[in-house]
Amino acid sequence: MQMLGMGQAVNQALREEMQRDSRIFLAGEGIGVGIHDSPMMPTYGLLEAFGPERVKDTPVSEAAIAGLAVGAAAGGLRPVVEVMFNPFFTLASDMIVNHAAKLRYLSGGKTSFPLVVRIKSGAGFGAGCQHSHNLEAWVAHCPGLKVVMPATPADAKGLLKSAIRDDNPVVFIEDMGLYFAPAEVPEGDYSIPIGKADIKRPGTDVTLVTWSKMLGVAMQAADQLAREGVDVEVVDLRTLTPLDTETILSSVRKTGRLVVLHEANRTGGFGGEIAALVMEQAFDALKAPLRRVTGPDIPVPASPPLERFYIPDAGQVIAAIKELL
Amino acid sequence: MSISTQTKLDMLRAMLLARQFEETLTELCRQPGKIHGMMILATGQEAVGAGVCAALSPEDVILTNHRSHHHLLARGADPKALMAEIFGRRTGCNKGKSGTLHLAVPEVNALCTTTIVGGGFPIATGLGFAQQYQKQEAVTVCFFGDGATSEGSFHEALNLAGLWRLPVIFVCENNGYAAAQSYAEHTPVESLAARADAYGMPGECVDGNDAPSVLEATRRARERALAGDGPTLIECMTYRWRGHGETDPQHYQPAEEIAAWKERCPIARLSGFLQASGELSDAELEDLRASAAAIVTEAVRFAEESPWPEPEEALDDVWAE
Repeated sequence: MQMLGMGQAVNQALREEMQRDSRIFLAGEGIGVGIHDSPMMPTYGLLEAFGPERVKDTPVSEAAIAGLAVGAAAGGLRPVVEVMFNPFFTLASDMIVNHAAKLRYLSGGKTSFPLVVRIKSGAGFGAGCQHSHNLEAWVAHCPGLKVVMPATPADAKGLLKSAIRDDNPVVFIEDMGLYFAPAEVPEGDYSIPIGKADIKRPGTDVTLVTWSKMLGVAMQAADQLAREGVDVEVVDLRTLTPLDTETILSSVRKTGRLVVLHEANRTGGFGGEIAALVMEQAFDALKAPLRRVTGPDIPVPASPPLERFYIPDAGQVIAAIKELL
Repeated sequence: MSISTQTKLDMLRAMLLARQFEETLTELCRQPGKIHGMMILATGQEAVGAGVCAALSPEDVILTNHRSHHHLLARGADPKALMAEIFGRRTGCNKGKSGTLHLAVPEVNALCTTTIVGGGFPIATGLGFAQQYQKQEAVTVCFFGDGATSEGSFHEALNLAGLWRLPVIFVCENNGYAAAQSYAEHTPVESLAARADAYGMPGECVDGNDAPSVLEATRRARERALAGDGPTLIECMTYRWRGHGETDPQHYQPAEEIAAWKERCPIARLSGFLQASGELSDAELEDLRASAAAIVTEAVRFAEESPWPEPEEALDDVWAE
């Protein structure tokens, strides 16, 4: 099987979908001729393959890029636009939050907005907090948006295909750290349904719910604990909204323990939503209080030791799990 | 290109309908319990909607804002469905989800309506891009007020539209006020049309109370757009007779200013012109007025007799299946 980083897997999905459907176009800052030109990047080579009519380098105008997607979707196209770094989403957010998410509802279901906003996210690049700030909980809070956050290249390819084929706006968040971690990706066309979590590691003692880059940390912690005789079930959400509540709840009912792990900071993070879900619907199954392992409530710092301090690691996950046993 | 008598009469008909529709809404707002929520009217600005829409083809797309009734009616939206939506009824054009503020009528290619001030600009570029991409013989019109030009989205979207030569007509209704701020209190330059220079597109300022002038400017802009020459900014000088909304006491609008602009009523102007030229008799004008009144009376009856939505219908229409 081919080994691809997540950027390459995204690239393959875009390429295959664009070949399939001429209504799909791409727009963003530096997606054709860019400053991050590398075969590991998601839009590498697509300008050459599809031409400037379908691969649109835009001015530095996040609101215009997002509005381009909203209008073009209403006009019959299937836009896939890119927000270069997650914090820049705030500049695009009116178009996504007030328009992409709401205009269908406001029309009484008469219009639809089949668009994908790809957002590059994740700390670990020494770029500091205006380039690293995981905002998935913000978008997950908006009815009308689907929020997808894959953890593996194979999932990214299949989920992006579903996102592009979906008639609703989808926010698709890619952690850039995963661009450089090659893994097996099936060849050819396949899709993975939005709204289905994936049990990446079955276990019986504790449920560890996570998503995106933190899956790697979760698996590392689970491997370490397995050597100590603790059997961790790792649930990769893959999609935050619509949330696969059934997979989470049935796992917790089986293990009786829950730890939620995400890179974003704690307060208002999506981990709170998972916690509330389990407290409301599986409280009686819990053998111990639940725990969250998250970034601290600070902006992401730039210096390597400070940034490492910010990003949750396996040691914190192991410590949290041991508190529950 | 000259304007046919038929087109002039069509514009007059649209303006009379919009005026009747909105004056009726003003009356209804005074009656307790009739209308729930905000009411934002374009009374006195009817020539902009009528003039622009008379220049368009059915394939063209319009994108409007919170002050939308005159645009939508001129575009041919069903007055009954609009009124029922304003009343919050299930038979409304948006099943009660939008109310008066966000009326979307895809049936007449009014695909999106946004009340986020300035929200229309980026979406209009997207709609124009879709038309260009699909090589359609169609343009997008984006209606907005003078206040919206203070939003950052104005700059981003007009820059992109100019850069990509998108078939978009940006129609500014300069009604003199952004909420309670007069034009001079919110903008440091005399002409908004002049801002077009900054985006590589022509800007034109027209008398927004003169429907034929608005029509002709829109025709020129449409021809440019269809020829691939890109967007145009049209500034229509007009005036907001009512407050920002119907509960606005208008303390900041001088009474003599309102009175002076009422002297320049766009409906009296076009009907007077048509009567003077012999294209419209007094009896025909009365017929047009009576017809508009009958349509609005029927729309109100339809709305009042229509059922409320069931509460659980609030859950519908979030997602496309």
